[in-house]
Parts: sequence; C-alpha cells; structure tokens
Amino acid sequence: MKFSDFVCNAAIRPELKAQSKDEVVREIAGALAEAGEVAEEELDSIVKAIMKREELGSTGIGRGVAVPHTKHPSVNQLVGTVGVSHEGLDFKSLDGEKVQLFFLLISPPDRPGDHLRALENISRQLRDDTFCRFLKQAKSVSDITQLLEEADNNQFSS
Amino acid sequence: MSKMIANRRVTINNPQGLHLRPGELFVRLAAQFESQIEVISGDRRVDGKSLIDLCTLGATQGMELEIEASGPDAEAALEALAELIQKASVDDMLAEQ
Repeated sequence: MKFSDFVCNAAIRPELKAQSKDEVVREIAGALAEAGEVAEEELDSIVKAIMKREELGSTGIGRGVAVPHTKHPSVNQLVGTVGVSHEGLDFKSLDGEKVQLFFLLISPPDRPGDHLRALENISRQLRDDTFCRFLKQAKSVSDITQLLEEADNNQFSS
Repeated sequence: MSKMIANRRVTINNPQGLHLRPGELFVRLAAQFESQIEVISGDRRVDGKSLIDLCTLGATQGMELEIEASGPDAEAALEALAELIQKASVDDMLAEQ
C-alpha cells in the first residue's frame, strides 16, 4: 500500500498548533473532517475512539513518530493524513521522546488488513533516516506531498 | 557463557494480524531478555525489540514468521515470545502476563 492510497492531501497539516496529546488528536482528526473525509458530526465520536485506543498504550512508536488510529463505522474505506509539529509534543511515546510526526488512520471496522498494510508502509518508510528527517523539517503541504510521493516511488527505504 | 542461537516458526493467529498492540507487547517482552531477538519473514529479517521494525512486516493472520534468539537466555526468550505471538488476541496476550 502506498501513501497515496490513504493520505488525504487536503487534510495534511505541516504546522500543527496543538500543545497536548488531546489537542493534537483533535486537530488532526478535525483536518480530516474539514477536508470532508470524515463527517463533521462524527468528529467527537472519532476523537473519543482514538483517545480510548491511546489509553491502552501510546501509539507513539519511537523516532518521534505516532500513529494514532481507530476503527470507526462512519468510514467506508481507510482514510488518513499526516501532521507535523515542529516543536514536538509529549505523546507518552514508548521511548519517552517528543513526537513531531503524526500519521492518523481511520479504518472501517471490518478491514484489519488495510490498516496493517498502511502501518507496514509507514513503518518501512520511517526506517529511512532521510525520509524521517525531511518530513520533520517540512514547512508546507507541498513539501509533505512531494516527500510522500517520492516515498511511494521507492526513492527512500529498502 | 556460550552464545546460544535458537529458532522457532510461529503462525499469526490474531484475526487483526500483528498490529501495534500485539507488536508492542512482543517488543516489551523481548526487551526483558538479554538475547538479541530477530523476526524473519521470507527474506526479511528485523529487530524483534523494535516496534517500528516489527510493523514493517505487515504480518496478517495465517502468516508464518520465524523468531530467532541469540544470547545466553535464547531458549527462554524464544519460548515466551513464541507463546505470546501465537495468541489469538491482545486480551489473550495480556491474560498471560
């Protein structure tokens, strides 16, 4: 699976303003609602579901990256987006480090395979230091879309 | 102490596959052992103590993986990790701990 299969470009946020875990989840999920990828009236329910998942264990997987996610019945296919916090924020990551890169994933309840393939793609690309560093330095939506496109074309990683 | 290397093939029984939660539990358990842990899928070999690495396998239900442990507690590590990773759900995994 490629980034272009699930990342909604209109919901990409290169300059996240949030300072806390709660705020950042709402900001990124809100971006998907603004882009029309999830229904505005479902936003509260989606944010709540994502935070409930975070309570089980942070999705901050290390390297300054978090993959907050949930299943939600209001989506028909996997939708996702990318947000960058240049300062980074405390996401209770497994390695205790601040998180700068957020990949949000919302999937239909009956499609665990798609979620796994998105996770596989994200983690494979993030193992590449260059990709990871450039993404953290991205200042605009086009910086990010270009990096994702290059990653989709196998210009990073193995 | 002599360096032990032990391998075991396991099958993913979780219908959700090896997603972040079971991956996290695996990595946390692996970290409790001194041995180096690697997980092998086809021609790919990743660090079993790294969650990002584990996620790169995209292991779905029914997929067969090989766990390789090398170090003084290799056998014990393998035993514990193989048992954990074959559980059908995160709840089953947690029940064991």
